[in-house]
Amino acid sequence: MDFPLFHLDFIGNRMLIAITAIVHVLINHPMAVGALPLATLLEWIAYRRKWADLDQLAYKITFVVFIITTSLGAMTGVGIWFTTSLVNPDAIGSLIRVFFWAWFSEWVIFFLEVIFIMIYFLSWKSWSGDKKRRHLLTGLVLSICSWLTMAIITGILGFMMNAGKWVPYTHEWAPESSLFTAFFNPIYLPQLLFRSAVAFLSAGIFFLFLIPLFKKVTFELRGRAVRPISLWVLAWLPPAVIGALWYWQRIPPFMQANAPIALTTQAFVKWYHSILWILLGMALIVPLTTLIGAIKPKKLPAALLIIPFLAVTTLIGTYERLREFVRKPWVIQGYLYANGLRAQDYPLFQEEGVLARATWVHHHQVTEENKLEAGGEVFMVACSRCHTLSGVNSVRTRLQTLFPADKWQEDQIAAYISTMHNVRIFMPPFPGSDAELKALSAWLTANQHLALRAEGGQTALLPSAPVLK
Amino acid sequence: MNPLPLPHDIPLQMPLPEGLAKILLVLLFLVHILFVNFMLGGQALAVILEILGLWRKKYDRLAYEISTTVTVSKSLAVVLGVAPLLAINVTYTIYFYSSTILVGFAWMMIILMATAAFLLTYLHKYTWESWGESRRALHVTVGAAALVLFLSIALVFITNINLMVLPAYWPRVAGFLSAVLLPSALLRYLHFLLATLAIASLFAAGWFGRSGFDLGRLPGFTRGEIIALFFRIALIITLLQFLAGPALILSLPVQGHSLTVWLLILAGAAIAVVFAFLLWRALDRLPQQLGTRYLLILTLLLGTALLMAFGRHFYRERAVAPHRQAMRAKTETMLWDSRAAQSRARMGLTRVVYTSAGEKGFKTNCAACHGESTTIVGPPLMEVRSIYAGDPDALVAWAKAPGVKRGGAPMPSFRHLPDKTLHEIAEYILGSK
Repeated sequence: MDFPLFHLDFIGNRMLIAITAIVHVLINHPMAVGALPLATLLEWIAYRRKWADLDQLAYKITFVVFIITTSLGAMTGVGIWFTTSLVNPDAIGSLIRVFFWAWFSEWVIFFLEVIFIMIYFLSWKSWSGDKKRRHLLTGLVLSICSWLTMAIITGILGFMMNAGKWVPYTHEWAPESSLFTAFFNPIYLPQLLFRSAVAFLSAGIFFLFLIPLFKKVTFELRGRAVRPISLWVLAWLPPAVIGALWYWQRIPPFMQANAPIALTTQAFVKWYHSILWILLGMALIVPLTTLIGAIKPKKLPAALLIIPFLAVTTLIGTYERLREFVRKPWVIQGYLYANGLRAQDYPLFQEEGVLARATWVHHHQVTEENKLEAGGEVFMVACSRCHTLSGVNSVRTRLQTLFPADKWQEDQIAAYISTMHNVRIFMPPFPGSDAELKALSAWLTANQHLALRAEGGQTALLPSAPVLK
Repeated sequence: MNPLPLPHDIPLQMPLPEGLAKILLVLLFLVHILFVNFMLGGQALAVILEILGLWRKKYDRLAYEISTTVTVSKSLAVVLGVAPLLAINVTYTIYFYSSTILVGFAWMMIILMATAAFLLTYLHKYTWESWGESRRALHVTVGAAALVLFLSIALVFITNINLMVLPAYWPRVAGFLSAVLLPSALLRYLHFLLATLAIASLFAAGWFGRSGFDLGRLPGFTRGEIIALFFRIALIITLLQFLAGPALILSLPVQGHSLTVWLLILAGAAIAVVFAFLLWRALDRLPQQLGTRYLLILTLLLGTALLMAFGRHFYRERAVAPHRQAMRAKTETMLWDSRAAQSRARMGLTRVVYTSAGEKGFKTNCAACHGESTTIVGPPLMEVRSIYAGDPDALVAWAKAPGVKRGGAPMPSFRHLPDKTLHEIAEYILGSK
């Protein structure tokens, strides 16, 4: 309510963040956090065994990793900040108030990571012979930096889902160390174990897929590379499983209840168990591939190695989507709802309305004359962070599923919205006053046959309250 | 006067003293922009020299050597940009987010444009030899495309930062282009582009003119020629800056001007005069070495940059000061009112009274879809009673694992409610006539 509302009515605002974040994770985990230690390990094996061809292969892999991570990887990382500040500035703004020093430390390490990856990649050829040990050490330091950046961000992600004992301090209250409470939230360690193991093992799957794509990889070289990579993946499987179980057990129960819908959407929720089996099947491809790779590395059919890679990519993407959905209705558990409104302000909003003090709206009070327009503004303030009017996850489609066609009634919709959060437990409660609830219901009803306008602040001329003269 | 949008601040404590945050912002931004200068200015020089190289081969080699620095500079520019981004998020939260959203589409495009530009700079660098003469035109185009993307990104950033400090203009903005046309945005951009070229040239003079650089990589050049070439570019650009700079400061909206701002900027300009004079003197006697004069020039440049950076900072502070004060007062009021409303809610002044636990459970969980005698979303209670009369357990079992009987929207499971509540609700439904 304090910011102009960026709004994409076709793909929806959530999708913008989801695409950026998932692309970032799919690069960061297999191609940076996991890839750098594994490339260093391969380089070390090549050094110990004096296998020049394996060293050359590790260099080629690092080249791919270097190009992708320093372009798309780095920019989608920045992109998460960009998209979240557009879509939910209250959320990212609040998180930065809590985690400034965590992010600052992450930046220092990220800076070292960039310096070290440039040294590691650009000095590969020149630091050979006696200098090889120095090069390997650079790879090790680089791997640690890369893992540390992820270890810090994990604290923030866990906090969003389970804020634990953290108490929000407003500026007038005593400053106490809330950063540490927030960072070491109940989900932190299990998520860190899970994420680290997944990042490490996914890098192995990525390498297995990548290696046959290079020219001049002999049959013998493939054997030399595939066995250690397969063993590496197998070694990280048990921690990944333990991490996943521990993590699940630390998620608040009301969020666990969101899992079926998070995974399948409301329309396909009855397929939940079938989809779980499919995902488990996909996960089993990983040990199957790597067991063959570890025992008979040369038998692993090169052309099929895209299958485990796609499976792991799908699983990581699904996990991130699940994590983002399960945390609802919160964006910071117990403090800030996904609609960008603070739980503490709800009583005030329910008394005087959510438009009363909003900055970027035409109408601050609902009247008979402005009822429809004000209803549209309530939609923008209270619903548009997650819903579109007529695109992805649109309110019109939702209402069409709930209510018989051609029979939408204001009272029914109002009755539904006022208690829907108890039924659809991923929805935040409706924040506004009774008059606003009626206005919103009237506006929604008016959209039954013809979609009205839902335009964002990035295109529309927005009004603002004449408060400072 | 225009209506001024006055939001609330985020009501969480600042994680560090504001002064420290602002110093971090100014200094870390300066380091970031230095590498942006190397990246964008370097790409501009590389493209121009590569085109010159179509006629004179020696410029092609020079262009290639510059392009190898661009890919490194761009990685450093990105990573060094994260810290000032963090600092501006925390110091100018409301201002930065509001203006960012108003230019939201263009802001998102930065991610795509930067990714594409970075991949193009790699392509530009790694295909310099392998594409050969036959694909020279395509190669120049790749470099130029990266340059155009870099230039566009800079325009988006400058437009946003310009808009950020002018809340009075926010309501007039509809889309990115209208924000570009606000006072001072384009002049800021011009000022930035000139500075970028001058700084990249000085960097190139030092990079190729240093005694450790192997001149064998640049056939056809003597050290002196290279130094003179880049010094000359830097001098011409700096002279142009003496026109662009005053135009910019005069175009800045009145809100932010103050004596401090003017003193800092004039002091910066005065140092720039000395610096331009030194460049001119250096060119007068065709330098063969960089020597200590180069260090002196860099020191003066740093002085100008610091003074200008703080000048800009004080302009920004002054421009938002009254608005920020009003915003804090408004935030304070909201916090008090919100707390008062919380305690009214706790005291039950606004609480609905239910006659039984079952009624409460029903009204808050079920009434959205089930009416007494009409179908809302699900079947009415009359129908439910006729099915489950005398068997509340069966009704609870259904609520925990509902199926689909009538088509339409499936009923969600209520497994998340305690058994006790479910039984109370079932008895309320079946008992109430």
